[in-house]
Amino acid sequence: MVDRTIENFDCGHRACGGCGASSAVRMILKGAGENTIVVSPTGCLEVFSTPYPETAWKTPWIHSLFENASAVASGVEAALKKQGRLGKEKVLVIGGDGATVDIGMLCISGAFERGHDFTYVCYDNEAYMNTGIQRSGATPYDADTTTSPSGVCSTGNNRPKKDLPQILVAHGSPYVATATMAYPMDLMKKVEKAMNTQGPCYIQVHAPCCTGWGYDGAKTMEIGRMAVECGLWPCYEIVDGKLTSVKKVKRVPVDEYLKAQKRFRHLFKPTRNDAEIAKIQAIADANAAKYGIDIE
Amino acid sequence: MPLQMMEGSIAVAETVRLCRPQVISAYPITPQTHIVEGLASIVADGRLDAEYICVESEFSALSACIGASAAGSRVYSATTSQGLALMAEVVFNSAGMRLPIVMGIANRAISAPLSIWNDQQDSIMMRDSGWLQLYAEDNQEAVDLHVLAYKICEDHDILLPAFVCFDGFILSHVFEPVDIPSQEEVDEFLGPFNPYQQLDVKDPISFGMYATPEYYLEFRYEHDQAVHRAADALRKHGKAFGEKFGRDYSELVEGYRLEDAEVAIIAMGSICGTTKDAIDEMRAEGKKVGLLKIRCFRPFPAADIAKALAHVKTVAVLDKNISLGAKGAVGIEVKDACYGLGIPIYDYVLGLGGRDVRKKDIKKIVELAEKGSGDMFYGLREELL
Repeated sequence: MVDRTIENFDCGHRACGGCGASSAVRMILKGAGENTIVVSPTGCLEVFSTPYPETAWKTPWIHSLFENASAVASGVEAALKKQGRLGKEKVLVIGGDGATVDIGMLCISGAFERGHDFTYVCYDNEAYMNTGIQRSGATPYDADTTTSPSGVCSTGNNRPKKDLPQILVAHGSPYVATATMAYPMDLMKKVEKAMNTQGPCYIQVHAPCCTGWGYDGAKTMEIGRMAVECGLWPCYEIVDGKLTSVKKVKRVPVDEYLKAQKRFRHLFKPTRNDAEIAKIQAIADANAAKYGIDIE
Repeated sequence: MPLQMMEGSIAVAETVRLCRPQVISAYPITPQTHIVEGLASIVADGRLDAEYICVESEFSALSACIGASAAGSRVYSATTSQGLALMAEVVFNSAGMRLPIVMGIANRAISAPLSIWNDQQDSIMMRDSGWLQLYAEDNQEAVDLHVLAYKICEDHDILLPAFVCFDGFILSHVFEPVDIPSQEEVDEFLGPFNPYQQLDVKDPISFGMYATPEYYLEFRYEHDQAVHRAADALRKHGKAFGEKFGRDYSELVEGYRLEDAEVAIIAMGSICGTTKDAIDEMRAEGKKVGLLKIRCFRPFPAADIAKALAHVKTVAVLDKNISLGAKGAVGIEVKDACYGLGIPIYDYVLGLGGRDVRKKDIKKIVELAEKGSGDMFYGLREELL
């Protein structure tokens, strides 16, 4: 097991107070352990952790562009392999949901199809937070963002989240998982497992964003747990294409999770929108049926 | 080694093999294809111990080169035209990260309309990216410039990426006799890749951070200085190359029958060969014509050009590219280089999209320049306009 006392993501970075992503990254690196080379796309993480001439990274780290982290990681992996360093040193990509499910999709697909030995972890804060809370392909149904605003003719984002974990299962990835920063031990164990699995592995980590979602930054962990408990964030592992573990919960209705965040405020004020809330509940119910998350 | 009759692309692939890249990442595109096919065969046959990454796009090809170079490996890629355009963001980024990447460019026109044939619009559109740009007149130069490019790029005083440009089809698909150096010679000249810094868990550093307004300007200044310094590095390593391989590359520009010329033609790439033949014929007729070949477009050898042209009466620049709404890029830069010299300089945009340029065209252009007619598209089919 890797040494969980190691801190490879240092204090002093510029993340917002209560940032889910920065906590997630700290835990991800504890899971990855020493001897990890990190590749990051452009995004919140890159900007708050590396304003030249400072860096929060105590492990080798490289950023090139918004959409090419997986291709850069492919090159790093190939170089390590050729130099006989691969295995002793491991490659980890950490990117946000915009860089992952949207603009970086081609490079991710290419790298997974080629079977490079690296782990890709997406910290999913469910929008383009770095540029000011615009919708991404990972933004949940009905969330209010600056490019999917709620209004007289709109109830916010009109599409459900793109299911990238399943897309990468279809690529033949040996290990695909979802996790949340709200369950740190589970997250660290999954990262450790992925890093020790040969081939391209993927973990999507729920990382609440107090600024973008509109809640008190002291409640990030609480919000993260609520997402799991209502069924909107199922935590599971898929090994070699087969579902092998699911976090079981005594499910609660989605209402409390939605009410706790300004991005869903329009569903409750000025009047409660029962029809839309029912659609979101249906998404949670579908997750429960698909992954079997209910405690009977 | 005796001269060998080889296709240009294969000569380039064999030369890249001799440079021992550890990671090759490429995506096929006409007319670059034979190079990446050649390298794939070379790796498959165990003639080069390299990782060959079959990426899904040119964008990823150069991105993977960034990762591999940062991780301490010598890398190679090749592309052309639309592929280079797709790479655009990575082209600028890799240069800003100061990674010594060598990339072959089999020059080809840019769409639309779609054209697979030669001009130099593709590499010229990347002129502001901070990559070095070397242009080969023939396949021997394409071979030699690849070896030389690695030497310059990996020089710790330089640390820049470089295009080695050779005209698509006209060179890439043409069989010419070439002298492929021996492995021992190339090993002695290049040595193993010695990265200035690299991704290494024993000595962790951060690559590719972001810079606030307090720092960005200085990064650009340092980058610009490095590109300028590359001129001296080219002279130095080009001279050493000449001493080792017998072909001298110590100059960024090269004169042909220029010493007493009254009309100077300026060109880059394979058109220089045609121009030299045309000059020989014009000289036989008593016309004092010479050529100034530009081998290195970035850094732009402005002082060398001004010095070489000081004595001529007229200059005709042949541009296989066009900055739409302005003029050909080489013409614009030559005029800048010669500002104040008072020499009339005329620009001719020609040969775009593979339109043939023959000796008679070069002669016609000399006549036009002597009459003071220039700054035009040359060879337009009026009936189509």
